Amino acid sequence: MLQIISPIMRVIEVPMLALQRMLGTNKIAWVFLLPNLILFGLFAFLPVILNVFYAMTGGDNVLLEARPFVGAQNFGTLTECDNFLDPNTCREDKFWRAVWNTCWFVVLQVGFMVGFSLLTAIILNRDIRARGFFRSVFFFPVLLSPVVVALIWKWILQREGVLNAFLDWTGVGGYNWLVDANWAFTWAVFISVWAHMGFYTLILLAGLQAIPRDVYEAAMMDRANPWRTFRRITLPLLSPTMLVVVVLALIKGVQTFDEVYAFTGGGPGTATTFIIQYIYEEGFAGAPRLFGLAAAASLLVAGVLVVLTLIQLWINRRNVDG
Amino acid sequence: MGRVWTFLTATRGSARLHWTDWFSYGYLTLGIFLMFGPVVWLLISSFKTEADLQRFPPTLLPYAQQTVELEGYDEPLPLFLMTAGEYEGATLAQLRRVGNRAQMVDPLNPGERLQVNIANREPVEEFSLATENYTSLFERFNFLRFFWNSTFITVMATALMLLVNSMAAFALSKYEFRGRTAVLLMVVGTLMIPQTVVLVPLFLIVTELGMFNSLWGVIIPGAATPTGVFLLRQYMITIPDEILDAARMDKASEWKIFWRIIIPLSAPAIAVLAILAIMWRWNDFLWPLIVLTRTENFTLQLALNSFQGELQTDWSSILAMTVLTLLPISLVFMFLQKYIATGIASTGGK
Repeated sequence: MLQIISPIMRVIEVPMLALQRMLGTNKIAWVFLLPNLILFGLFAFLPVILNVFYAMTGGDNVLLEARPFVGAQNFGTLTECDNFLDPNTCREDKFWRAVWNTCWFVVLQVGFMVGFSLLTAIILNRDIRARGFFRSVFFFPVLLSPVVVALIWKWILQREGVLNAFLDWTGVGGYNWLVDANWAFTWAVFISVWAHMGFYTLILLAGLQAIPRDVYEAAMMDRANPWRTFRRITLPLLSPTMLVVVVLALIKGVQTFDEVYAFTGGGPGTATTFIIQYIYEEGFAGAPRLFGLAAAASLLVAGVLVVLTLIQLWINRRNVDG
Repeated sequence: MGRVWTFLTATRGSARLHWTDWFSYGYLTLGIFLMFGPVVWLLISSFKTEADLQRFPPTLLPYAQQTVELEGYDEPLPLFLMTAGEYEGATLAQLRRVGNRAQMVDPLNPGERLQVNIANREPVEEFSLATENYTSLFERFNFLRFFWNSTFITVMATALMLLVNSMAAFALSKYEFRGRTAVLLMVVGTLMIPQTVVLVPLFLIVTELGMFNSLWGVIIPGAATPTGVFLLRQYMITIPDEILDAARMDKASEWKIFWRIIIPLSAPAIAVLAILAIMWRWNDFLWPLIVLTRTENFTLQLALNSFQGELQTDWSSILAMTVLTLLPISLVFMFLQKYIATGIASTGGK
């Protein structure tokens, strides 16, 4: 490793030294920042500005100069609805189906995931044997790629898969899970919780371990029962960490795409199509590539994410100060 | 056994296990089963032959029908055990099957041909690993190409990200200059812009830079991450300024200070970031899906996803490929799991 890196670093030193002589020791900081700033500018800030232009232009050409200006028409198309709660009454019904699917998904996924992560973290925080091993057990799926997660569960859930064999054996009877809209959605929530809960368990476990032991000893002196101890000590002291976990899970939940797309392809029908898949399909997978519509939908998602991230930063700040 | 039991049931002081202890161990056992089980099942299944994979209900371990090579026949012949009828108890090899009748031959007496009803026999099976699932990946698909693409993207993106982010973190932690707060705010700002919400303009920029359908189109846009800058800056702040001043006295250039002092001293943080970057890039899906549309540019993840669409029934190839895709990350995890856990807990993920 070092044999490759050292010569490269030595080559870079020559122009860096020249720049240092020109700019002085303090301004050289900008030179160190430059590559990062260029990348941020080119691939984060410029896209945000361009996204607004895309959202206000139509046509299917990706080049901005070839796109006619249409004003707020894309947003009009997306929000033309008689009743927002019923996608069938909307002009862009797929968008609203994706929006409502995402909402339901996020509520269920975040709820179950935080619940199970909390339970797991509390159990792992007890005086148990082989804690490190059990922690890795729950963490392991976090490392798997979304496509791998999807395929593992597809293989288990397929019509002649091992789950149906087990259900046949118990007498309950198998089922063609991924063909049924409600079950496909349920399993999508399940695999998503399965794949990500280890990550939140880890954060909550760190939070639990930060609670001072003597608080619990005091509770034991007062003969508080476990449930009371949990309600009155653990939960309040853990609430800052819980907030971080919930907001982080919400931010990621809204952007769910990979594992569900590889798992069900958004189907059956549009049962598991979420908002990012809608953006991907409008902009990149369909025949007329409706970049304008995709960008308009992106802006709406971005709005939600900005609010969530601001909440996250505010919580972090409060946690650090407090 | 008694000792193991004492070991497992030992608790803090109290003589008997509380019900919460039973619940905890029950939950954890279920956890092992639920978290590892599916992956283990994938691993076992990937060694089953296509015929074995079709079997319902499935067997736990991979089995394959025993065959026998007989003189005068080019192909090895499948073996059956007769369960009823005239030849009950004998092990016969099948020559051909017509309807529910089969023409069989006794391996011990290959001259004579026997006619049997297929209801009266069952295949002779033995435990066997179908390694051809794996070897055929290399023959039938351009598997090495996908593997190389994934590796190239992961290595280059990680190296680039470490260099660029550590340079920025160095500038933001060790220099007092005007505009530093503004730059820091900008870095925080990028936290709010995940790739998923700027797909369309990002696609334009990458296309205009001539990186559409090029591995660099995946490598470069991911190189600057706010998480990386924050993680490294937080660590570099703790390095005492006196070391830098001493180096400046010795006429070391700023660049030399950066890579001879700052980088070696921040090695733990850089290691954590490296592991995270490897994980993100190896598992990346949506952006490569948009940028890389030609099969020869596919990463392992894209190849796996497209094959599961094309080869709906060819589970043997899909399962073997899935195992090979998760293998590198699992190995990294086994050796570095302590760093991964602390790294992820300290950055709060991506």
